[in-house]
Amino acid sequence: MKELQAQYKRILADYVESQTERNLYIGQNFIRQLIQKSVTPEEIINIHKSSMEEIYPEIPPAVSHGYDFLIEVMVHFGLTLREHQSLLEHQEELRIEMNVAAKIQNMLLQTEMPKTNALDIGHISIPIRKMNGDYVHFLHNDEDYVSVGVIDVVGKGVPAALCMSMVKYGLDTLEYTNGEPSYVLEVLNRIIERSVDDSMFVSMFFGRFDCARNIFTYGSAGHEPALHYKASEGKFHMLESKGLLLGVMPDVRYSQHEVELEEGDFIVMMTDGVTEFRNQSELDSRKVIEALLLQLKDLSAQEMCEQMYQELKKLQELALDDDFTVVIFKK
Amino acid sequence: MSKKTVVDIVTEWDIVAARQLGRNITKELGFDTVNQARITTAISELARNIYLYARAGEIEIEKVDTEDKKGMIIIARDKGPGIEDVHKVMEDGYSTSGGLGAGLPGVKRLMDHIELKTSIDKGTVIRVEKWL
Ligand SMILES: Nc1ncnc2c1ncn2[C@@H]1O[C@H](COP(=O)(O)OP(=O)(O)O)[C@@H](O)[C@H]1O
Ligand SMILES: [Mg+2]
Repeated sequence: MKELQAQYKRILADYVESQTERNLYIGQNFIRQLIQKSVTPEEIINIHKSSMEEIYPEIPPAVSHGYDFLIEVMVHFGLTLREHQSLLEHQEELRIEMNVAAKIQNMLLQTEMPKTNALDIGHISIPIRKMNGDYVHFLHNDEDYVSVGVIDVVGKGVPAALCMSMVKYGLDTLEYTNGEPSYVLEVLNRIIERSVDDSMFVSMFFGRFDCARNIFTYGSAGHEPALHYKASEGKFHMLESKGLLLGVMPDVRYSQHEVELEEGDFIVMMTDGVTEFRNQSELDSRKVIEALLLQLKDLSAQEMCEQMYQELKKLQELALDDDFTVVIFKK
Repeated sequence: MSKKTVVDIVTEWDIVAARQLGRNITKELGFDTVNQARITTAISELARNIYLYARAGEIEIEKVDTEDKKGMIIIARDKGPGIEDVHKVMEDGYSTSGGLGAGLPGVKRLMDHIELKTSIDKGTVIRVEKWL
């Protein structure tokens, strides 16, 4: 402190002697050092006062009293500053914790893409923040079926992530039942309704592909409709299925529907982060997506997903504002 | 040598009296201007809390001036409602003054040591120390 005070006095004396920009610049550099050493505002004023008194022994008492007053009132500034610093440190701790949590979430929610000759499968899921509010769960435990759940938790961040883990474990328990979509949705609805806060809703699209019969069976709980491209017609059909969001009411019944997949057909399942464009109606955004898919239809399912993400990101001027998830089943 | 003096806190002006007593002792002990201001601010915050939340109480200031130890022990005592969430009040950002730095976390920063005892409906005792 003594050393800092001596330095401050020299710099101040230089300025009192000659009021150049250079001396002011030196002063500012010096104050930066003091801030780094956590010297408080009231201490700086005290240093200033003592320096002035030493440079100017004849300084009027009124001026010294004025400095004393300033020191007194600046104590609160000093406290505010330190509170601020400690809150920043706290925030940094939270940020680190959040990173760890996000890593754990990613690990927990890892889903293995089924390897099967019956279907070409693609999948992309890009979170907008650290924690992903979308989730894709594949089920494939024998050669007969490939199933997928595409889930969007309404609500973001940590609560959504916790809810997501529950959905995952719910689906895990269904792993060996090869459930029909309507059954899977009904079971999950019961789990979520019982255990999750009323403000949390989950939408889900569940599809199951029968490899032997080439039949895709699907059901939806308030989720975005999927798109079915029929190569024979060169046209898209919306796969809609009415059903309440999961977790709203107990004992909801869900319907399911079937379509046949022929050679060159594909099904695109997605979350609303894909279809909701800013400043555009839903209808227009569907047209954009269909046109885009038409251009990409000869790529592999995985390439289609990745290109779709790149192109839509460009279209939205790199400002996608929701989690983005697409799953493609291609025959 | 060690000497205790007590100021009753009943009206807002008693906060000033407690400050004055504290200031005099800081000067007698030879604290520099900055620490005078800090200690007085801490006394002020404690007295103000008594005045605002407990209606009445006292500030006791002990001047410690011995061979090996010089400093002050300040005890704020009241028979008020007590503090419900003791851990929270010592956290930044909790005081009603919200983000203005002062309050009990501020007192903790200004002083070398703080101890808080409180019980609901019985009152609060806060002891702080500052050493030269
Ligand atoms: N002596 C006391 N008796 C009862 N409650 C108190 C006392 N001192 C503080 N409190 C409670 O603790 C809270 C935090 O106090 P403090 O940190 O001084 O911030 P502020 O006074 O700005 O709210 C007060 O709002 C009050 O509820
Ligand atoms: Mg207070």
